[in-house]
Amino acid sequence: MQLTVNSKRYDLDVEPEMPLLWVLRDELGISGPKYGCGAGLCGACTVHIDGAAVRSCSISAGEVRGSITTIEGLGTPANLHVVQQAWIEHQVAQCGYCQSGQMMTAAALLSKTPDPSDSEIADAMDGNLCRCGTYTRIHSAVRTAAQMMKGK
Amino acid sequence: MARLKTIARRTFLIGSAAIAGGVAFGYYRLRQDPPNPLLKDLKAGEAAITPYVRVDAKGVTLITPRADKGQGSYSIQAHLIAEELDVDPHKVRIDPGPPDTAYFNSRIMDDSLPFATIDEGIMARGARGGGEVLSRLLGMQITGGSSTVPDGYHKLRMAGAVARETLKEAAARRSGVSRSQLKTKDGQVILPDGKSVTYAELAIEAAQLAPVTDVALRSEQEWRYIGKKMRRIDIVAKSTGTQQYGIDIRPDRVVYATVRANPGIGGTIKRYDASSAEKMRGVKKIVPIKDGVGVIADNTWRAFQAAAAIKVEWNDPPYPADSAGMWKVLENSFSKDLLDSRLRNDGDVEKALAGSSKPIEAEYRTPYLAHAPLEPMNAVVLYTKERLDIWTGTQIPVFLQAHAAKLTQLPEEKIHVHAQPIGGSFGARLDDTYALQAIELAMAMEGVPVKMTWSREENMGHDYPRPIQLSRARGTVRDGMVESMSIDVAGQSMGASWFSRLQAPVPPGPDVSSVNGIWDQPFAIPNFRVTGYKAKEMVPVSPWRSVGASANGFHHASFLDELIHAAGADPMAELIRLCNHEPSKKILHTLRDVSAWKGSRIGDRRARGVALALSFGVPMAQVVEVSDTPQGIKIDKVYAVCDVGRILDPVNFEAQVRGGIIWALGHAMNCELTYENFAPVQTNFHLFEAMRFHQVPEIIVKGLELGGEVRGIGEPPVPPAAPALANAIFALTGKRVRELPLNKSVNFA
Repeated sequence: MQLTVNSKRYDLDVEPEMPLLWVLRDELGISGPKYGCGAGLCGACTVHIDGAAVRSCSISAGEVRGSITTIEGLGTPANLHVVQQAWIEHQVAQCGYCQSGQMMTAAALLSKTPDPSDSEIADAMDGNLCRCGTYTRIHSAVRTAAQMMKGK
Repeated sequence: MARLKTIARRTFLIGSAAIAGGVAFGYYRLRQDPPNPLLKDLKAGEAAITPYVRVDAKGVTLITPRADKGQGSYSIQAHLIAEELDVDPHKVRIDPGPPDTAYFNSRIMDDSLPFATIDEGIMARGARGGGEVLSRLLGMQITGGSSTVPDGYHKLRMAGAVARETLKEAAARRSGVSRSQLKTKDGQVILPDGKSVTYAELAIEAAQLAPVTDVALRSEQEWRYIGKKMRRIDIVAKSTGTQQYGIDIRPDRVVYATVRANPGIGGTIKRYDASSAEKMRGVKKIVPIKDGVGVIADNTWRAFQAAAAIKVEWNDPPYPADSAGMWKVLENSFSKDLLDSRLRNDGDVEKALAGSSKPIEAEYRTPYLAHAPLEPMNAVVLYTKERLDIWTGTQIPVFLQAHAAKLTQLPEEKIHVHAQPIGGSFGARLDDTYALQAIELAMAMEGVPVKMTWSREENMGHDYPRPIQLSRARGTVRDGMVESMSIDVAGQSMGASWFSRLQAPVPPGPDVSSVNGIWDQPFAIPNFRVTGYKAKEMVPVSPWRSVGASANGFHHASFLDELIHAAGADPMAELIRLCNHEPSKKILHTLRDVSAWKGSRIGDRRARGVALALSFGVPMAQVVEVSDTPQGIKIDKVYAVCDVGRILDPVNFEAQVRGGIIWALGHAMNCELTYENFAPVQTNFHLFEAMRFHQVPEIIVKGLELGGEVRGIGEPPVPPAAPALANAIFALTGKRVRELPLNKSVNFA
């Protein structure tokens, strides 16, 4: 099986029903996507497949059609994505465990809807749980990221 | 000053070969406390200037022994040390250090004492001193109880100051300039002529000096960090997916594992059949463990699949099988022989009740609740006959070390706990069952690192929850005022359960946790009695964010609101009238003003509830505003006002208050653990959702700094939120909800 993750191509010998999350984490050592629920309920494992936000725990490796981007491919400390810049500016993270998934969902939202309304933000982010309760800052950071994108 | 530089270089070259020890000094030396643990593993060229500061040729490392579960403890500990040491916390290394009794928490026992945290009487202070001695004796390096700041506020700054002055002394000896003429800035000692020498360059000489302990802490006017907006030290890592948690550790040759333990915690295993699991792809070994069985494979998902395929028969644990049976135990616990405490007994409650034609009676119930942090429990363990290495997030490193020594029969000094940043805890990592399971698996894989991860389902079922609690409340009102209140509480003892798992002595005296948040509340109700009944232990339980007050805040502040409404009084005005603690009163006045309180009804479809709860020494009052919508009740706004003495970091302060409120409201809305056949029905987040993004209200936070003792803020936001919400629901609908979660009684939008 072949997968493209963060523009890199990988040859893999895994059963097609293995969830993408575990291919990324245990086979490829890409640990930005997190295991939280294994059932598409928390969003901590969110990645992009051809730009769309997907729960990597709930799609099997064999089902993947398209190029995968994880938080590591979205931006890096030296080359931040606007969403990451906004997340830093607002100091969103507490434990931070859900934030990779939150940022991937937010980035997918903004790429399709650059100037989202409050209810569009809520709709997009509703599937991402944050047990620390950083939601108000996530909201502010999505707004800021949208502004930053406008300025670009 | 050329001489200084020359000597610095030369000393370093000689020193790095010559020095292998160093000196222990600092705060603990002053107090005749345990020796500096950093000296044990000190390498050539390193100086452990206090248990909190290590300096070597590469620079400064700040030791932050309190676990960071997201509450920002690494950051605040680093800033407190840095405030005196004159380093930029973002430019130095931060390390949680080894588990050690030197890092005991002087304040961890405060919440287990039968004295209110605001009680400054001789007895209370004496008991707190006793708690500190006990913690020191037991070497209780524990993170919890909102104690990182109260415990470290003085100690960590002092550690920074001692290290700074000692580094200055080293520079003074080298340069011939007296220490008083030297200054420090950004990791360097500055000489009067403007030349500088880095701390790293002074490491060797500083290590050979006697500690400079005659230091005074800086005045507030000199502070650069405290009280100003801080930048979390982990914020870039946590915003780029590069933060490594315990679950992300992946050493060479690692194997992946999981476990299945008896779904009824405490029950043992009868037999298992792993014949089909053994044949599954990637499975390396099936290992029996305490009360369960583990699978070691080459991938976590394969381990999960194989564990699910094992056929297991369990022995039942020694408590009722379902929730109905568990509640029955509490219902039958209000008996003389189970009477455990009467920490408050003001006036004469019985007389007031007898004198009323219409006493008010109510029963309150709060459920078992899982901590359910998003990072499931996990540990990486490497076992050899010579030593054990454990990489995991833990709030109890010294206990884990002791438990691991017992399990492996290795001496404690051969047990190396490498504490990891934690993806949420809320109390879950005050236990170490998961790590001990991982050790059992690693012992079956000598020389190979084993990474054990609980599935979410395993995590929901084995999360030692918050205990269920049942209150029977009675009260009277007279002339528009609350006249009496009696609350009888039946609960299983959190302390008895948790301390026994820690293998630590259960604190003597009554089980205060089951009545905290009721008996210690700052209200002068003329007749006020609180009675605790100790039910027998059932599901093993543990501290959950804000501990006893998390449930009792609901019991107490809801019933008080019930009485106030029965009296026909305004809830805000009556709370203020009853309040007998000046800071709490100021909080309520401020809350009234900030929220522009004008009564609990706002038009037809909007209403407000108010509650105050004092926990961990922090009075916290909140107004919750709700509205009636076609989709159900919507929480629109929360106003929160509290006093923590002094706010060390306004950015994290606000984050903790908001997060605590969202935590409390979310669980109050829709979370509980109910039991069938000894196991919780709620196996994943679809049945344990808490608050989703679209439900989050606007939250207005105001922190007062009334100048009293400096307190922590992780837990105090939790207790008043649920009752404020329930009180608002009453004001909106006329329905008094006396059982959590609230969605059993009302619908939320």
